[in-house]
Amino acid sequence: MTNPVQALTKSVTVNDNPFMKPMEWLSLLLLAAVILVVLPLALDGFRLNLVGKYLTYAFVALGLVICWGYAGILSLGQGVFFGLGGYCMAMYLKLEASSVENTKIQSTPGIPDFMDWNQITALPWFWQPFKSLPLTLLLVVAVPVLFALLISFAMFKRRVGGTYFAIITQAIAAILTILIVGQQGYTGGINGITDLRTLHGWDIRTNHAKTVLYFVNGGLLVACILAAQYVKRSKLGRILVALRDKEDRVRFSGYSVAGFKVFAFCLAAAFAAVGGAMFTLQVGFMSPSFVGIVPSIEMVIYTAVGGRLSLFGAVWGTLLVNWAKTTFSESFPELWLFGLGALFIGVVLAFPNGLAGLWRERIEPRLTRRVKALRAPPPAIAPPHGAPAA
Amino acid sequence: MNAALLASPVIGAASAAPDYLLAVEALTVSFDGFKAVNDVSFYVDPDEIRVIIGPNGAGKTTVLDLICGRTRASAGSIRYKGQELTRLSESAIVQAGVGRKFQTPSIYDDLTVFENLEISYPRGRSVLGALTFRRDAAVRERIHEIAETIFLKDHLAERAEFLSHGQKQWLEIGMLLIQDPELLMLDEPVAGMSVGERVKTAELLNQIIRGRSVLVIEHDMKFVEDIAHRVTVLHQGRVLSEGSMERVKNDPKVIEVYLGH
Repeated sequence: MTNPVQALTKSVTVNDNPFMKPMEWLSLLLLAAVILVVLPLALDGFRLNLVGKYLTYAFVALGLVICWGYAGILSLGQGVFFGLGGYCMAMYLKLEASSVENTKIQSTPGIPDFMDWNQITALPWFWQPFKSLPLTLLLVVAVPVLFALLISFAMFKRRVGGTYFAIITQAIAAILTILIVGQQGYTGGINGITDLRTLHGWDIRTNHAKTVLYFVNGGLLVACILAAQYVKRSKLGRILVALRDKEDRVRFSGYSVAGFKVFAFCLAAAFAAVGGAMFTLQVGFMSPSFVGIVPSIEMVIYTAVGGRLSLFGAVWGTLLVNWAKTTFSESFPELWLFGLGALFIGVVLAFPNGLAGLWRERIEPRLTRRVKALRAPPPAIAPPHGAPAA
Repeated sequence: MNAALLASPVIGAASAAPDYLLAVEALTVSFDGFKAVNDVSFYVDPDEIRVIIGPNGAGKTTVLDLICGRTRASAGSIRYKGQELTRLSESAIVQAGVGRKFQTPSIYDDLTVFENLEISYPRGRSVLGALTFRRDAAVRERIHEIAETIFLKDHLAERAEFLSHGQKQWLEIGMLLIQDPELLMLDEPVAGMSVGERVKTAELLNQIIRGRSVLVIEHDMKFVEDIAHRVTVLHQGRVLSEGSMERVKNDPKVIEVYLGH
């Protein structure tokens, strides 16, 4: 009899926009448990390091969920930001590995070996900041974000969007690869920056260091998930969804649309950069093959397979596709790329919201029904929990 | 006689110039030489419901596009409360107090009715503001109040996608109301509505008129008669006639090009 009144007051007072819904907390807990407990216990050092490498791509996938899934901005150039973050980290590590003592056989001791091979006799100006660790950690994020700001501001102010934006980001990925390969003396060329040894005196090549880095990586990933979740559930997150749907309506509701798109793109770039830096630390080198078109598109596929609207889905998708890549390319190296292409087409045609979509549409409703059935008998407990969200 | 008809409101207008909410003067826009709007002038008073009618292609929607900044004028001026709008960005025009409803319901299908209204709430419009926006009691109260006005208070938690066509139109009107604009522009608000929905929409417009002006494009003559204070008839990008519905209806030029059909 008091139902209508209750319903009204409830909708006014109850916090209908919590930081995370119970199901999302559960997903986070499950993911954190698998990454930080189950995998380290189950896998040997080599395999764990591989998973660590996969997880660095998950940072990119997280960014794509916000940028592509939520805001509808498809970027086919996320490798650029992954690469820039990775290169910033690699430049610091390379300088530390190129101490005068280590490089005394070179004609110019104290500069990276590839510079010496290319007859460069002094450290270029843009390498100078990477002598300092704090500055490097800042630049790892700042360089890619500023670059993303430049690209996206130029394009979104002129209202370039959709396919054109995707094509331009892809072109930038190609251009940056060519630039890195061509400027061998400054960048290490096609081989990239290799033979990295220590981080502030701490040897990153030992098994112990790799395990530590794996956990740092896992922790950063969880932190990035929480940051993305904050953005997603803020009004800004809903504005991004609104933009994807009806950009003009948002514009004529008094918003300067370009700023919001720039934010989404820069956030994705920041996540990708963190992933890139962790990649360099765990794998021990950085090369242009992680910057170009192919890795950029692969990262979009990870996101699509996992579910472009789900932060957790994107991480699972990245792990799954990379695990498949390692397994299949060990046995059928020729076929892997076809398999990847087929997977992408399959996802787009059959389940456009990826694994997370399958979960939400097929499995979760069944689970909630089960849980409801279990909770139903003692009626006193049911009301305070409220109905689980649909 | 026709000349007198056309001239009289303009002369009457000139004597009270500072009181206009919106003054459109000699507005012209040309698309590759085709003048979609050609030397259009009209003036809207505070608290007035002005309806723009005219045959297809007369430039009605283009006039609204020009006022809200979606299309840029080739010549002429649009002054809103003495402020020139032709040079402002779209978002600045909205923030100055001009709201625009599009012809087809333009709402966010993937969000709930509540969230649709919340996005239009005039606070936290910058990137940082949107990130730190809090859904406090004032916001909730205002959204519930608006939802009541637009007959959607029982649909707040529903995804907008599942509303009926008429409800979507109301939701978009509600999204404008929550911004509390002084000038509300509606492009065919009752097109595609059932008879019952039309009556309710007329009632809604009469209710929200207080404290603001409304500029409406509409084809439904019955509806226009119900709501209009004054009517402006556009034809081939020019103002053909202007005045009360009674006067416009009896203007032979209007009958010839528009009402006679």
